[in-house]
Amino acid sequence: MDITSHTHHISQQYNIELEAIRTHLSEMGGMAQRQVNDAIQALIDGDVERAEHVVRADSNVNSMEMSIDEECIRILARRQPAASDLRLVIAVTKAITDLERVGDEAAKIARLAIVQHGDGLSPRGYIEVRHIGELVSHMLQDALDAFARMDAGLALNVVDTDRTVDLEYSTAMRELMTFMMEDPRSISRVLNIMWCLRALERIGDHSRNLAQYVIYLVNGQDVRHSNLDAIEESLHPRDR
Amino acid sequence: MKSSSNLENTKLEVKSLNLYYGDKRALNNVSMTIPERKVTAFIGPSGCGKSTLLRCFNRMNDLVDACRIEGEILLDGDNIYDKKIDVAELRRQIGMVFQKPNPFPKTIYENVAYGLRLQGVKSKRVLDEVVEKSLHGAALWDEVKDRLHDNAFGLSGGQQQRLVIARAIAIEPEVILLDEPASALDPISTLKIEELINELKHQYTIVIVTHNMQQAARVSDYTAFMYMGDLIEHDLTDKLFTNPGKKQTEDYITGRYG
Repeated sequence: MDITSHTHHISQQYNIELEAIRTHLSEMGGMAQRQVNDAIQALIDGDVERAEHVVRADSNVNSMEMSIDEECIRILARRQPAASDLRLVIAVTKAITDLERVGDEAAKIARLAIVQHGDGLSPRGYIEVRHIGELVSHMLQDALDAFARMDAGLALNVVDTDRTVDLEYSTAMRELMTFMMEDPRSISRVLNIMWCLRALERIGDHSRNLAQYVIYLVNGQDVRHSNLDAIEESLHPRDR
Repeated sequence: MKSSSNLENTKLEVKSLNLYYGDKRALNNVSMTIPERKVTAFIGPSGCGKSTLLRCFNRMNDLVDACRIEGEILLDGDNIYDKKIDVAELRRQIGMVFQKPNPFPKTIYENVAYGLRLQGVKSKRVLDEVVEKSLHGAALWDEVKDRLHDNAFGLSGGQQQRLVIARAIAIEPEVILLDEPASALDPISTLKIEELINELKHQYTIVIVTHNMQQAARVSDYTAFMYMGDLIEHDLTDKLFTNPGKKQTEDYITGRYG
């Protein structure tokens, strides 16, 4: 699908409205991504101030979700969109729900960073946090880019990366488990790190969802709960 | 003889239909099937040939001078353009309702009974029965039962349109053609007509031409998009309005300039 296809309506106002939800989705995505990066950094650096900022800023992500939702409802009520326009509006309403949850996970990590700082620094698990954090941050970035460019191929990569994240996550979990067994005094601190990894893994899942909405938006196939091969199959370009 | 696809029987089949008004070709090699007891909607911009195609189904175009038709339309497997077809009988089987309600200047009762009287039915008992059944079928009975012998022009536009539908179903057609049946009606009357279409499809095959895309989306099972005499796309309504296969269809239903 052409990225500029939403700007060719006979109604100029309709172009503007559809363009607005796309732009606002990008903004909300950027905001959520900043929250994730800041939360990870705050945890690793033990930066309480930055963590507190992330916790406070979560409400901005929440209000963005509500305002985009309202825009989408207005378009549905007033324009009765069809075909790719309909898929855009639906994809956006779904995407903002996932982005809002991404924001919640970031705030969760930030709160754990604050707790962790109070408990004293733990040298354990930060490598995993950094590593998985980079992976999911990349996924989120790519999912948002795929949305902006309506790039189903890139979206497919994101879905693929999620499997890597899941694998890395379970490896990290096993490793941290052995730390706790070796040194029971570290349990509470290592457990915090595990919660953080769990949050990161969830962010990966939300990014995968976003990528799946992009595939729906571009070619009309609902690929949730499909395996990668089936998704790839559905991406074969159709005759247009 | 019926050809069947999966679960649905084909009621009407258009085969390589070309239609000319004088030198101008109005339909280009149209082929499609209309399934039985489903609603098929024709959409497309003005002059795309959708009404022309609809009129081919009961040979209304025969009345137009300089109109020439090539190809076939099969009703239950028989070509309706065959020489041995009785056009009056064909139009009994395939009824039509137009954009503007056109009741006869008679009473409500006589409007509905008209077709039967034409067929020579004289029994008052039979006529009473058919009139009541048809008005029920057209969801008009409750509104007119106490004034059956008033002039039909006293009804509102929406009621007149339902009266015309009652008149059409009184002679028990198999197919009902609707040419913009609600475009002259207010939104409530429009919804009543749409509700009626939903009821009627259990018994009749319905083909509807409409300029109102949302209406096509609401009432039809299948939608055909036509453009400049070509049938561009014909698919399940659910598919066509969420994920059309052709860019021209997409541009039209989303209101883009192509």
